[in-house]
Amino acid sequence: MNLRRDVFQAIADPTRRAILLLVASQAMTAGAIASNFDTARPTVSKHLQILTECELLKQEQNGREMYYHLNPQKIKEVATFIEPFRKLWDDRFDKLESIMKNYKSKK
Amino acid sequence: MERKTKINAEDGKQEIVITREFDLPIALLFTAYINPEIVEQWMGTKVLKLDSKKHGSYQFETTDPKGNRHYFNGTIHELVPDQKITRTFEMENTSFPVQLEFLSFEKLTDETSKLTMHIVYKSVADRDNMLKLPFAQGINMAHNRLQDIVSKLK
Repeated sequence: MNLRRDVFQAIADPTRRAILLLVASQAMTAGAIASNFDTARPTVSKHLQILTECELLKQEQNGREMYYHLNPQKIKEVATFIEPFRKLWDDRFDKLESIMKNYKSKK
Repeated sequence: MERKTKINAEDGKQEIVITREFDLPIALLFTAYINPEIVEQWMGTKVLKLDSKKHGSYQFETTDPKGNRHYFNGTIHELVPDQKITRTFEMENTSFPVQLEFLSFEKLTDETSKLTMHIVYKSVADRDNMLKLPFAQGINMAHNRLQDIVSKLK
């Protein structure tokens, strides 16, 4: 099962918040981002993966290098209080969808 | 990652629009709104009454983790199968005024459909308070979890 990443969980982590602040000033490669932290490179990669899955970061290919940059639209969304409201309905509707898929197959 | 449920809440307006596309034929989506047993399952509430017709009404009951019961009710103003439901929604014993909901159901393909929920509130402030409710509850839950952890440390 593909677990949904929770944006609020993503920004709850201090390292991930630091990554967002770093990238806010300019797009950076994974290597450049990792060089700012004492943590192991794979750990930073994992953080980048989570931030990308949540769409807080976007990847862009520039020549042979992959650059990470902020997704301002998503950041703005998180900054508002609407996301928990949206998630509440999203969860309800997910449930509705799965219940009705079963209902359909039972009929 | 696709975001299926979208909320459009423009600044300074006393309304919001919630849209969602479903991998369900329109008839199944509509059934999920009018069949009391199914409503109970996906809304996570007890359905005390659901009279799905024009001039009909509904009342739901939920129990919070502390065991307190909360009641919700509304009147159905319009109901056209597989097309629309117009209804009011009220949280009983709260300061939230009643709200008006226009639900439109739209067939996309034989197997997919779309729901648009247009909700009108009494005022801009009432809308914003309602939107903040899950956010506030989330913060409360986080605080409670924190308190639990802290109290175990003592």
